[in-house]
Amino acid sequence: MRRALAVLLLSLPALAAAALSDEQQARYDALIRELRCLVCQNETIADSTAPLAADLRQQVEAQIAAGRSDAEIKRYLTDRYGDFVLYRPPFKAKTWLLWGGPFVVLLFALIVALRFARARKVAAPAAVDREALQRLLAEEYRREPKPDVESR
Amino acid sequence: MIPELGHFALIAALVVAILQAAVPALGVVRRDRRLMAVAGSAAQTQFALIFAAYLCLSYAFVTRDWSVAYVAANSHSDLPLVYRATAVWGAHEGSMLLWMLMLSGWSAAVSVFNRRLPPDLVATALAVLGALSIGFLLFILLTSNPFDLNFPVPEDGRDLNPLLQDPGFVIHPPMLYMGYVGFSVAFAFAIAALISGRLDAAWARWTRPWTTTAWLFLTCGITLGSWWAYNELGWGGWWFWDPVENASFMPWLVGTALIHSLAVTEKRDQMKAWTVLLAILAFALSLLGTFLVRSGVLVSVHAFATDPARGVFILTFLAIVLGIAFTLYAWRAPKFVSQADFALFSREGLLLLNNVFLVVAATAVLLGTLYPLVIDALNAGKVSVGPPYFNAVFIPLTAPLAVLVGFASAVGWKRAKAREVWKRMRAPAAIAVVLGLALPWLLGHPTKLVAIAGGMLALWVIVTALQEIVRRVRARRDRLQGLTQIPRAVWGMTIAHLGLGVWVLGISFVSLYSVEKDVRLGPGQAATLSGYDFLFQGTEPRRGPNYDADHGTVEVRRDGRTVATLTPEKRLYHATGQLMTESSVDHNALRDLYVALGEPIDKNNAAGDWALRVYYKPMMRLVWWGGFIMAFGGLVAASDRRYRLAKLREAATSGAEAAA
Amino acid sequence: MRLRYVVPALVLVGLVVLFAAGLKRDPREVPSPLIGKPAPAFSLAVLGHPEQPYTIADLKGRAVLVNFFASWCAACRVEHPFLMRLAGQGVEIIGIDYKDSDADGAAWLARHGNPYRTVVADPQGAMGLDWGVYGAPETYVLDAAGTIVYKQIGPLGEEVWRDKVAPLLGAGP
Repeated sequence: MRRALAVLLLSLPALAAAALSDEQQARYDALIRELRCLVCQNETIADSTAPLAADLRQQVEAQIAAGRSDAEIKRYLTDRYGDFVLYRPPFKAKTWLLWGGPFVVLLFALIVALRFARARKVAAPAAVDREALQRLLAEEYRREPKPDVESR
Repeated sequence: MIPELGHFALIAALVVAILQAAVPALGVVRRDRRLMAVAGSAAQTQFALIFAAYLCLSYAFVTRDWSVAYVAANSHSDLPLVYRATAVWGAHEGSMLLWMLMLSGWSAAVSVFNRRLPPDLVATALAVLGALSIGFLLFILLTSNPFDLNFPVPEDGRDLNPLLQDPGFVIHPPMLYMGYVGFSVAFAFAIAALISGRLDAAWARWTRPWTTTAWLFLTCGITLGSWWAYNELGWGGWWFWDPVENASFMPWLVGTALIHSLAVTEKRDQMKAWTVLLAILAFALSLLGTFLVRSGVLVSVHAFATDPARGVFILTFLAIVLGIAFTLYAWRAPKFVSQADFALFSREGLLLLNNVFLVVAATAVLLGTLYPLVIDALNAGKVSVGPPYFNAVFIPLTAPLAVLVGFASAVGWKRAKAREVWKRMRAPAAIAVVLGLALPWLLGHPTKLVAIAGGMLALWVIVTALQEIVRRVRARRDRLQGLTQIPRAVWGMTIAHLGLGVWVLGISFVSLYSVEKDVRLGPGQAATLSGYDFLFQGTEPRRGPNYDADHGTVEVRRDGRTVATLTPEKRLYHATGQLMTESSVDHNALRDLYVALGEPIDKNNAAGDWALRVYYKPMMRLVWWGGFIMAFGGLVAASDRRYRLAKLREAATSGAEAAA
Repeated sequence: MRLRYVVPALVLVGLVVLFAAGLKRDPREVPSPLIGKPAPAFSLAVLGHPEQPYTIADLKGRAVLVNFFASWCAACRVEHPFLMRLAGQGVEIIGIDYKDSDADGAAWLARHGNPYRTVVADPQGAMGLDWGVYGAPETYVLDAAGTIVYKQIGPLGEEVWRDKVAPLLGAGP
């Protein structure tokens, strides 16, 4: 039932696209790849063949042609559909953890890893006399190939 | 009759799985070798039964037995034979049977190739695998039985989803499941190590080839999935960070970390508790992926038909399996302490960093995948987390990995000398920087900073990998001997790293320099894209075995010379009435030219203007080649003779790698 | 001291709770950001009477249901008998013939019955876009001040009516 409608609308992006300048066209291409088609499974409005996606493409295009900024167009859409339409979640209290989380985790993991390595570091060669170093190395080699019996 | 037989085989397999879990466990407790030995024959019997069930379902598909509900829902009398045979895994129920076939196959393999391990360890591991089988078999029998019958029997089937009628789909799921399920072996041995309290170099050496094998299948599976989506979904995308893709990518990242930490555990007897955790996590993420894809908690492009009962079952199963595993871990893992010292500037130090970045990257993917669910569960509305987020976060988290890889063979175990490493690394570094700067210009692309950075990283990885081979060959007087003397483990690692470099190069260039255009063309009209003229010659009707198509012809010219003739199709599948976009691609190492047919502008006039989408994608192939090269490296590494010949509890640092 | 070995188990508990909550929800339902806000303005004409304008002002003063439907929409036919019943009980429903030709919309209503007090034509889907409609049928519940108090995505049925919509209308004017 909806297919008939899809055909009517699919031609529109191709037709009207000619009206945009190169710079506007680039913005249009980038923007429609960041907007989510609401009725589809998980597709951008650029990729979707659904009629609503075609409507939204047309809307984006018309607004770009009318000189609206990307932020204004995004706000126009979120006012109607909520943040769900944005594949790039806006940075706000709700998404702070999303954007910051990976980097906080990285920092934390690096600290843990460095502390792990430091805790197991043997004293630097400069700090011990040659004899002690030799002893240390000898000990290390003796111990090293042995499987860990103590953990049984 | 045959479907009933298959159903019966599944029930029998469940009984055998219960034996496989219970009897060896009892044997371990009682230290009774005979009871432990039951594990092996039970695993093999279970495999035979599942295989029989699988054959029964395949038979029902091939013979178009519409009395089986699953067959009727996913096949059709016009469906070609090859797709009837592979339609077995075309939907939820059958793909779970395939999953089970893989799991029992891996278990049977463990029961055969275990000669060098202590019998109680093998018995425990097989009991764990048996317990996993119980869960999955119950899942199939209670919620997703592929042998459920139809009454009344329909006259014809409802057909396989046309998206799945593609060669990519024939091999993608089996590969993917081999990988997912393969991590269950590392998982089972991690649990066995926790229970027995024994975790030594022999354990690590034994676990390594199994993990590498699972990993290489997963690598192939993901790569094929990407290739299939590219050809079949019709919008030229090869990775969308869809929940289904992420579900396979997270175990891959953690599995990759596991492969590397196992090396440290084997060679240096270090990071043992961590390695066990990764072995549990890799399989945990496979289970999580299964849950995400089959429960319907997330919206995805290619999700299965979902049913809340299934979601509840998998979630319960996941909670039980992982609950036990992590409790055991919290209890026993503190025992696995290593005494050897650890220097950051050494191979193990770099591998530790490798693990940090890989695991953090996997965490980021997990966070992004689950975030919409978290926000929804908190009643804070709906958000979408898509490619812009993942690209922004994932790339900075993984770029350092490419830098680290370059040092893979130059930095030795225990402690490395910075000056020697620098001496070896400065030539590849210089080549990478110079060539990386020049590459966009050489290929005729505009200069983009990110492309240069990506190119440099990729070349750094590639050049250092090649350098390692050259260095090893040169080390011998007889070059040929030098080449053959390189252990397979080293070959494998080097090839896999080379693949990574190729992959990074492909991704950098295809992401930054792809061009696409929506055009409206009538017969005889042309569109120009990146110096290529796409000349549309119109469409003609064609008839396929189970579809009608508008068969388009697009001639691609460059400077007046014909480069390729592309034939995209728009197909209407009879049984389902679904429209499919069959794209057409011409490719070489440097670029793909891709055309997808949209719709006729006037629906009733296929001879008129059409909406088309044309793409120019530089280095697209390198992404998949890189994936396959990595998998091939895994294959070479897993076949190292060390794993086959090494004696139990051989000194940990003997291997040829240590000398590097 | 050995707390770090317990971390995986704790994370698991958190995830299982999250998933258990997630299983009860429909990931496809996108709640409207317009709930609690004044309904967006529009200016269209009554179906079949292009000279007779219909605007936001006509929706104010009493609680109404605004139902987006179309002749091409299969789910609307599923919903239709229930709307007929509501209309029979005296509930005021305004129909918006969404992205449909006037002739098709009128023919559909003639064939299946007309539950709407007024039918407004929105052939381009302009009003639908402003209201955040992403498919038909969708039903908005407006209070007397013209504020959107509820939005039903997909067919309206007995259960939703009883549990969600009727209480809102009862509490209205």
